[in-house]
Amino acid sequence: MSDLTKLKIAEARDALRKGDVTSLELTEACLGAIDAADALGAFVHKTPEIATERARAADDRIKSGDAPDLCGIPLGIKDLFCTEAVPSQAASKILTDFRPEYESTVSAKLRDAGAVMLGKLNMDEFAMGSSNETSTYGNAVNPWKVDDRSLTPGGSSGGSASAVAADLCLGATGTDTGGSIRQPAAFTGITGLKPTYGRCSRWGIIAFASSLDQAGPMAKDVRDTAILLSAMCGHDEKDSTSADLPVPDFEAALTGDIKGKTIGIPREYRMEGMPEEIEALWAEGRKMLEDAGAKVVDISLPHTKYALPTYYVIAPAEASSNLARYDGVRFGRRAKLDQGDGIVEMYEKTRAEGFGAEVKRRVMVGTYVLSAGFYDAYYNRARKVRTLIKRDFDEAFDQGVDAILTPTTPSAAFGLGEMTEADPVQMYLNDVFTVTVNLAGLPGISVPAGTDKQGLPLGLQLIGRPWEEADLLNTAYALEQAAGFVSKPTKWW
Amino acid sequence: MSIDESTARKVAHLARIRVEEDELPALASEFNTILGFIEQLQEVDVDGVEPMVSVTPMRLKRREDVVTDGSQAAKVLSNAPDAREGFFAVPKVVE
Repeated sequence: MSDLTKLKIAEARDALRKGDVTSLELTEACLGAIDAADALGAFVHKTPEIATERARAADDRIKSGDAPDLCGIPLGIKDLFCTEAVPSQAASKILTDFRPEYESTVSAKLRDAGAVMLGKLNMDEFAMGSSNETSTYGNAVNPWKVDDRSLTPGGSSGGSASAVAADLCLGATGTDTGGSIRQPAAFTGITGLKPTYGRCSRWGIIAFASSLDQAGPMAKDVRDTAILLSAMCGHDEKDSTSADLPVPDFEAALTGDIKGKTIGIPREYRMEGMPEEIEALWAEGRKMLEDAGAKVVDISLPHTKYALPTYYVIAPAEASSNLARYDGVRFGRRAKLDQGDGIVEMYEKTRAEGFGAEVKRRVMVGTYVLSAGFYDAYYNRARKVRTLIKRDFDEAFDQGVDAILTPTTPSAAFGLGEMTEADPVQMYLNDVFTVTVNLAGLPGISVPAGTDKQGLPLGLQLIGRPWEEADLLNTAYALEQAAGFVSKPTKWW
Repeated sequence: MSIDESTARKVAHLARIRVEEDELPALASEFNTILGFIEQLQEVDVDGVEPMVSVTPMRLKRREDVVTDGSQAAKVLSNAPDAREGFFAVPKVVE
């Protein structure tokens, strides 16, 4: 078979079972594509030995006739997931040389299902960023290009998005704290889903903001996303916030029939200065779902405009606490000390050298909003506004809305370096449509639905009821079929 | 609320991140941009609203209060920048 790396997970699964291809062939094709794609900066730690060994084992398992869907499927793993004996640095200098003694629950589930890990994927440092420009490894680059500029694949799961869009792997893991799966998926023309908070175990995933973080799949289409999600989620007693709920067969839910479903269009997501093409795509999405038999209604989510400022209190506050563990004592890198330096100098020098500018900024903002005298004014107030943001969604769902349709991002991918001069808040605006979903703990999916004037991909986001990823995926499937987005980036790397 | 250099210095120290004196003005200015953005939250009426504790209405699981893990000192120390005789080693903390 030619172009093995272009296969989707569902196609590869079927081909493996028919004996048309082996996992070893698939894996070697991906490893070759990865080695030829260093210009994308997507894979930052390659694990060809592990991949080859797992591919051989998967081929044996498939021959024995008892193999799960993902058996033999080559995947990339975001660097935020701890992987046993394989560097896991959250794209931070402070975790240089860290090789975990354990495997995150999500990557262990994928491994146990027979999936083949090809390596670790680039990301923003500690998942803090929307352009993959804060990584200690350097930028990940979008395989889409319209002129001589290099474009961002988005962030923080930029390496995952770039690798899937460029056919370096069949699917990838991402994590999403404020939009870090959905925004890069939209920027690269792939599909990405953030599950309901608690669906995927957070155990072994390097923590950013624990009340918002969720792992999720990034893949070439909705079906592959469903297959990956089924394997990634499930209860884990090692994460006390993981939900003890049965995991449905998400792929089986994909009928494409959404007749009688009610889709809400939130009026507050119509932002001033939003590009016309985003507005037009959103209107087309509405029409597509109507044509598929859904009832589309206008809804109001009145606290939307407060979501970003709420996020930029809560996420830094939690990060300042989570990142306190990087102290140069137990793991990672310790700064070189001068004669007479004590423990405080060790902490301060280690963290000054080991953290990048954006991480330092957020840790310090978090420290400030939690400090005596400001805790009530900032942190407690933000938690109250978060209650109101969630209540907005609850009320919409109580009125019978099954899913909510919005744009995923306020623009298409922008050039790497173009935001360097802007103040940090400008970069934060990338997450304006996605961050509400994390604050409310809901599932959200980005589906590629069209292109802008230059030909760059744009995504539409669907937001579902808690725990109803199956229904959400089916609505996404109907949208995907109607949109018929099949464009791929032209290979330049 | 405006942050001056001395507040920026204090916050950096609380966060245990060394910031050189000449970097403080830029840091204070960045803080002010971000806090200015956050300031909008003051206009929301939050009277009688409970601060969110858990986004999903679930009771945290409990388990027996027993030892389930341990005896892995070598693994625990394997990533330490400086480990000696089964301990993490740090600069002198007690005179």
